[in-house]
Amino acid sequence: MIGPFLTMSDNPASVLKKTPLHARHLASHARMVDFGGWDMPVEYSGISDEHMAVRTRAGIFDVSHMGQIELAGPAALGTIQALTSNDASRLAIGQIQYSALTTPEGTFVDDILVYRLADDHYMLVVNATTTKKDYAWLSSHATALGGDVSLVNASARYALIALQGPASVAVLAELTTVDLAAMKYYWFGTGEVASVRATISRTGYTGEDGFEIFVPPAQADRVWQALLHAGAAHDIKPCGLGARDTLRLEAGMRLYGNDMDESVSVLEAGLGWIVGWQKPDFFGATRLRTEKASGCARKLVAFEMTERAIARHGHGVVVGDRPVGAVTSGTQTPFLRKAIGFANVPVALSPVGTELEIDIRGRRAKARVVPEPFYKRPRPA
Amino acid sequence: MYPTTLKYTKDHEWVKLDAAEATVGITDFAQSQLGDVVFVELPEVGREVKQGEMFGTIESVKAVSELFAPLSGVVTAVNADLGVHPEQINAKPHEAWMIRIQASAPAEADNLLDADAYTTLTT
Repeated sequence: MIGPFLTMSDNPASVLKKTPLHARHLASHARMVDFGGWDMPVEYSGISDEHMAVRTRAGIFDVSHMGQIELAGPAALGTIQALTSNDASRLAIGQIQYSALTTPEGTFVDDILVYRLADDHYMLVVNATTTKKDYAWLSSHATALGGDVSLVNASARYALIALQGPASVAVLAELTTVDLAAMKYYWFGTGEVASVRATISRTGYTGEDGFEIFVPPAQADRVWQALLHAGAAHDIKPCGLGARDTLRLEAGMRLYGNDMDESVSVLEAGLGWIVGWQKPDFFGATRLRTEKASGCARKLVAFEMTERAIARHGHGVVVGDRPVGAVTSGTQTPFLRKAIGFANVPVALSPVGTELEIDIRGRRAKARVVPEPFYKRPRPA
Repeated sequence: MYPTTLKYTKDHEWVKLDAAEATVGITDFAQSQLGDVVFVELPEVGREVKQGEMFGTIESVKAVSELFAPLSGVVTAVNADLGVHPEQINAKPHEAWMIRIQASAPAEADNLLDADAYTTLTT
């Protein structure tokens, strides 16, 4: 009866990539899984336990598999402006922006974070499974644009640890002199964490307050252990990709490869807020402007099951006997204790309140389109 | 750790045989692999099942898996309590039974594993 998690991997363990924290995960008896060619922890103490730790206290995640691509030179900004959807000219040094690396059709090569490191120096944080593709895409189009810019796939230079949860500031403050209270959401700073040189970024993928900490790979384990030690008073938990997925979905955040890809436009994904409409031109601008003016044919919607069933990625959305869409993400979420998800549907089925019918392994179950996000963290007092 | 009073399948169900009546659940190994169980879909009483045939599904937060009948027969009882408290499967896997089957071919039990063989399979 054991399902996909024991059999999903076609890769022998020897060919899987390992993060600098791999040995620590094994030593801590995390359950490991092949995630896009990386041997990653899917859970430590259990998805629900880890999920609740992040919602109520703190958790840490190894996200060193994420990629980093740096662009430097006089044409760095121009290159980014031409190839991404958001307006990177609005970034101050030390500021971060969510954006899309777009195709000329306005669809996603990837979803990314853009960090402005210095005047003419930017870092893109990209998805693990798309790092190679993104680097090749950026390199070839940067060459075609002809500007004076250098690109580096800097992924191997960084280990990346996410500290997430309401206690994040209290935990990290024990290990750094960086003024965390002064660091705003989507800004970063540099300093030391547990005496290790680090870039500290107030970002995350859980819907909670928290930080993503870039450190040299050789010191990753020291920082990981220091965070667990400093967080012990808050009952901090090491967390795996399972809880990362349930947390991000509950917070209404999209997952590349599930919720959007090269066939879904930025507006279809419901991410119009990451389009820099004031920018002169960029890949996909024509399609996105048309969709903004006359609407999309399809939309990604948030739904909640209205009967007892859990819709999963790949289940069909049906009208009568006709398949009209698909569930792109779906799970039972541990905090809200509801079965929720995203589905790609025709725009006629996208208004909040619309009833959807989902084919769950041959059985029809009802769901309703709901407003996003499913979960929003309480405002700090 | 696996009770010697139970028999086991390679698909990680356990069976408690009482004459021709078989009580069925999933093993501790299965629940630990699945993680937090949130949903169980079980058959109606009266349904006929064949050995190895799917009789239901079980879902954890992370995955869905199929449940296979360890013996052929007719379903005589279903543990409706699991619909309300599926977490019992994680807490007490060898007590949280799912269905009872009136076995139509009790000799099929020869195909099942004993506790030692099952322990070997899962270690």
